[in-house]
Amino acid sequence: MRLPAGGRIDRDRPLHFTFDGRAYTGYAGDTLASALLAAGVSIFGRSFKYHRPRGLLAAGAEEPNALVEIDRGPGRREPNQRATMVPLEAGLVARSQNRWPSLRLDVGALAGLAAPLLPAGFYYKTFLGPRRDSWHRLWEPLIRRMAGLGRAPDAPDPDRYGNRFAHCETLVVGGGPAGIVAALTAAESGGRVILCDEQEELGGSLLATPEVMIDGQPCWESLAAAVAELRANPQVRVLTRTTAFHYGLQNFVALAQVLDRADGLRERLWQVRAGRVLLATGAIERPIPFPGNDRPGVMLAGAARSYCARWGVLPGQRAVLLAAHDSGYAAAFALADAGAAAGAGAVVPVILDLRAAPPEALVAAAAARGITVLAGHGVVETIGAGRISGLRAAPLRPDGTPDRGRATAMACDLLLMAGGWTPNVQLFSQSRGRLRWDAAADAFLPGGSPEAQASLGACNGTTELGAVLQEAAAAGRGEAQAAAAPAVPTALPIRAIAAGAVAARKAFVDFQNDVTTADLALAVREGFRSIEHVKRYTTTGMATDQGKTSGMMSLAVTAAVLGRDLPEVGLTSFRPPYTPTSFGTLAGRHRGAVFDPGRTAPMHDWAVEQGALLEPVGQWLRARAFPRGAEDLQAAVARECLAVRQAVGILDASTLGKIEVVGPDAAEFLERCYANAWHGLAPGRCRYGLLLREDGFLLDDGVVARLAPDRFHVTTTTGGAARVLHLLEDYRQTEFPELQVWLTSTTEHWGVAALQGPRARRVLAPLVEDLDLAALPHMGVAECRVAGFPARLFRVSFSGELGFEVNVPANRMPALWQALWQAGAPQGLTAYGTEAMHVLRAEKGFIIIGQETDGTVTPDDVGLGWAIGRKKRDFIGKRGLARAGMAAPDRRQLVGLAPADGRRPEEGAQLLAGARRAEGHVTSAYDSACLGRPFALGLLAGGRARHGETVFATRRDGPPQPLTVGSPVAWDPAGERLDG
Amino acid sequence: MLLIACPWCGDRPELEFRHAGEAHVTRPADPAAVSDAAWTGFLYERQNPRGLYRERWRHLHGCGRFFNAVRHTLTDRFLGSYPPGGEPPA
Repeated sequence: MRLPAGGRIDRDRPLHFTFDGRAYTGYAGDTLASALLAAGVSIFGRSFKYHRPRGLLAAGAEEPNALVEIDRGPGRREPNQRATMVPLEAGLVARSQNRWPSLRLDVGALAGLAAPLLPAGFYYKTFLGPRRDSWHRLWEPLIRRMAGLGRAPDAPDPDRYGNRFAHCETLVVGGGPAGIVAALTAAESGGRVILCDEQEELGGSLLATPEVMIDGQPCWESLAAAVAELRANPQVRVLTRTTAFHYGLQNFVALAQVLDRADGLRERLWQVRAGRVLLATGAIERPIPFPGNDRPGVMLAGAARSYCARWGVLPGQRAVLLAAHDSGYAAAFALADAGAAAGAGAVVPVILDLRAAPPEALVAAAAARGITVLAGHGVVETIGAGRISGLRAAPLRPDGTPDRGRATAMACDLLLMAGGWTPNVQLFSQSRGRLRWDAAADAFLPGGSPEAQASLGACNGTTELGAVLQEAAAAGRGEAQAAAAPAVPTALPIRAIAAGAVAARKAFVDFQNDVTTADLALAVREGFRSIEHVKRYTTTGMATDQGKTSGMMSLAVTAAVLGRDLPEVGLTSFRPPYTPTSFGTLAGRHRGAVFDPGRTAPMHDWAVEQGALLEPVGQWLRARAFPRGAEDLQAAVARECLAVRQAVGILDASTLGKIEVVGPDAAEFLERCYANAWHGLAPGRCRYGLLLREDGFLLDDGVVARLAPDRFHVTTTTGGAARVLHLLEDYRQTEFPELQVWLTSTTEHWGVAALQGPRARRVLAPLVEDLDLAALPHMGVAECRVAGFPARLFRVSFSGELGFEVNVPANRMPALWQALWQAGAPQGLTAYGTEAMHVLRAEKGFIIIGQETDGTVTPDDVGLGWAIGRKKRDFIGKRGLARAGMAAPDRRQLVGLAPADGRRPEEGAQLLAGARRAEGHVTSAYDSACLGRPFALGLLAGGRARHGETVFATRRDGPPQPLTVGSPVAWDPAGERLDG
Repeated sequence: MLLIACPWCGDRPELEFRHAGEAHVTRPADPAAVSDAAWTGFLYERQNPRGLYRERWRHLHGCGRFFNAVRHTLTDRFLGSYPPGGEPPA
C-alpha cells in the first residue's frame, strides 16, 4: 500500500510499466520492487531448486529472491535483474522467471513435494539409475530445465558499452553517511576524489531514516547540502548506479556504471587506480532461520523501513517483528508511526523478541505505541497460501528452540526479521585484507590490509551515527583511525540464533540456492567439517548473491552443529565480482570487428574487388584464392598453380614479417642468433635463414638479405614476426649487450609483390630502373626503382620457378601492383592466393613453420641440415642439437607421400607401417594440377632411408590408405626452372 | 591488474608488459663445454618458489626494454625492479 505522503518519489511523475503482462503504475524515484510492493504484489519469483514462491527479502543489492527479466526489446532482454536495483522507467517491461506456466501456478513447484529427495549434495547421490548414462541423458537435462535462473538473451546486444581508466588520490566506495563525509574531507585536503555508489541516489542508510537528526537538522536536509557540495567540487567525481565489483592489487578497483543513456551508451567500466581506497560499504541485515521463513511477506526489518521511508510504501497492514537485535524496533516503530499517520490503524501489533530480556527502554517505547512485546519468543511456523497470512509463535525453551506445545496463532501479512547486521567486508576481503572475528560486534571485521586503504562506518563495525561521521572525517583527512568504539551488545549472538534453528524444518539460510539449516546439518553429519567443503556440498553462498544475506548464518549453523566457535570453522573467500556484472561492461568496445583487431595487406581492397576468398592467417586476413566465374576453390587453385608454372603469377606477400638489422655488429649478431653463417654473405646477396630455440628445434625461417656490410633485411614467417623480434631483442639486450646493433620492425613499412613464373622477368624488366635485371642472380638483392618507386628487389623463389619479390613502401604498393598488372597482362599474369602458394611450395618440398614443424622438429629432420653453420662456435640451438637423440636415425624425417589409390590424404593423419604402430603423420596434403595427382608431405620415422616403401595413412572415412614414400621434392628435383 | 615499475619509465599498468620468465638464468659462455645435465637445467629447470621470485619483464608496449623484478608469488607485491645485469634489491 502506498502511503498518502512521504518518501523520495516524485508523485507528480507517474510511470506506467508491466510485470508479467499486467499494467501497473509507479512514480519516478521508485524501483521496480517498491512500485510492485506498493501495488500489492508479493510474489516476485520462484526459487531455484524447489520452485517455492518468493517475495522481497531486502531493498538493496543483497536481494536474493526478486530476480526478474527486464525486456527492452530484441537483444536487450536481461535476465536475473534484482528488482530492488532496477529504477522504474516509463514503459518498463518486466517478467518473473523460473516458473511455468505462470507465477501463481507453477508445475515445477511439485519439486517442493519432492524436497525430501533433493537434500544437500543430491547431485552426487541420486539420479544414478536406471542406466549408466542416465545422468547425462535423462536427469541432467531434466534438472537443467527445472532449475536455473532466467533465460539468456538470444539476440546480439545492440547497445554500446564504454571503458575509462581513471586515477585519483582517494576512491570512496559507498555513498552513505560515512562515504559522503569521507569524500568531503578528502576533497578539502586536496587531491582528486571519486565517490561511487551502487544506488541511484547518494545517502545510503540515511535514505531510510528521515527522522534522524544531524547537528540539529533533519538528516535529509544535511544530506542534500552535502551532496550539493560534493557535486559542486570540481575535484570530486560522483558516480551513482556504479558498483565497485572488483578490488585488485595495488588499489586497482573496477567499477561498473549503469548509464542507460538515450544515445545507446548502456554501461561503462571504470578501471581506477587510487592512491588510497576508503571503503564505506555499510552492513547487510541478517535473516533469521525458522520454518517457512522464505514465505512472501517475510522481509528484513531494515528493508521494510526503507520501503516505508524512502518510497512511501507500507509493505504490510498487519506486521509482526521477530527481533534478535535492537535495530528491528526502530523499523517496527517507523512502520507503526507511518501507519498511524496514514490512518491504517495498528500496523504492528506484536513484537516477538528472541531475547529473554530486551532493553527496557525499547519495551516501553513499544508499549507507548500499543505494541505488545513477547520476550523470549520465536516463530514455530508461518502460514499462508503464497503470501504469509499468519504465524504461530511460541516461547523459547532454554536451548533456544520454540516450545511447539505452547504455540499461539496470530494473523499477519508481514513478518519482519531483525537478526543483526553483517559488516559488508566483501571488497575488503577481495583486496586480500585479513578479516578478524570481533566477539563484541558478533562479526568479522577488517583487520590488516596490504593496501593503502581504510574501512569506515558500518563495514568497520562502527554503528552509532556520530561515531561513524567522526571516523569518516578522520579517514577523509588521512588521519590514523582510532580504534572503533566497542559495540554495545544489543543483540542475540548469531551463534545462539543458529543453535535454535538447527532442528527446524524448511528454515532457509540461503534463499537464492534454497539451502536450509537441515541441509547444513546433514552435510556435517555426513562428515564435512570445513566450511569450504560444507559450502560446496550444500551450495550455500554459491549463488549469484555470493551469500550476502546467508554467509554468516551458514557459518553459524555449521558451527552450532559442530559444537565449535564461529572463527574456528573459518570463512569462505569473497571473489569478484561483488554483484553480477554484465559481459557487455567487461567487453566494452572489444566486440565484433574489433574483438581481435584484424590486419589487412595493402592489396586487400583490390583482392576483395576481384572476388577473392579470404582466410585468416594469424591476425592477418589474406586472399586464399581468386575464383573466376563459377570456379570453386579447387578449380581456382588449380588454375592459379598452372599459371605460375606455365606463365607468371602475382601474390601479395606483404604480410611476411620484416626486421631491419642495422649496426657495425649486425653480421655478428645474426651469426650468434641464426643457425647459418653470415659473415661470408656478400652485400647484395640473400640466404635462407633458420632460427632455432635453445633446445635445437626450429622456431622460424625466412630469407635474410645483406644490403650493406652493416645492414640486413631479415624476413620472418607471417605468424612469427612478433615472436622473432621479441626473441632477437631479448638476446640483443640481455645476452649480447656489447654488440652495436639495432632492430626495427618493418613488416608494415614494406609492401611486397611476389612475381613467380617463367615469364616473371619479362613482366618486371620494363619497369626496373637503375639495375640490370638479367644480371641479378638467384638469391640476389638490389636497391633500385620499380615503376618509379624506390624498391628493394629480391630474386627469390618460394615456388621453384623464376621469382622476384618487389618491396616498395607500403603506400606505393597499389600503384606498383597496377603497373605490374598492366605490364603482365600480355604475359598472362594471374593473381594467386595463399592456397596456391602452399601447393606450389609443397610440390617443391619447401616447409612451412608450424605445418611441417611442431616444436619437436630439427633442421635435419626436414632436410635443412645443410643450412647450419657447423663450423660456428655457437648459435642459438647449437648446444641443443648436440644432445643425444637429436641425431638418432629413427627420428621422424620429412618425406613425400604419393597416394597409391589416387585419393588426397587427410592432413594430420597418422602414418602406419607393418606393426600398425604410428610412425609419423601427414603434415600437408594437396591436389596437384601440375603433377596431375594428389600428393602429401609427412614426417616418418627414419623416413629418408625408406623411399619406395609403402606406409598407410589413417582416414576418418574408412580404412587406412596406402602411400608410397619418396622424396619430398616432387616438382623439378634438379632445380632447373629457377632461371625461367 | 599489477602496477609494474619499469626502471626507465616508472610505474605502468600490467597491460603494457610481457612476462619473460625467471631472471638470472645464465646462458653458459661456452655451451659446448657444459654437460647434458647442466644444459637440461639451463633449458628446463626453474625455481617456481612460494615466496620471493626474481623474474624478467619486458616493457613491450612502452620502451621495449627487458628488466628484472622481485615479486612475492603469494602476495604479488613487488620489492623492486632493476636493469638486466643489475643487483636485486635486498
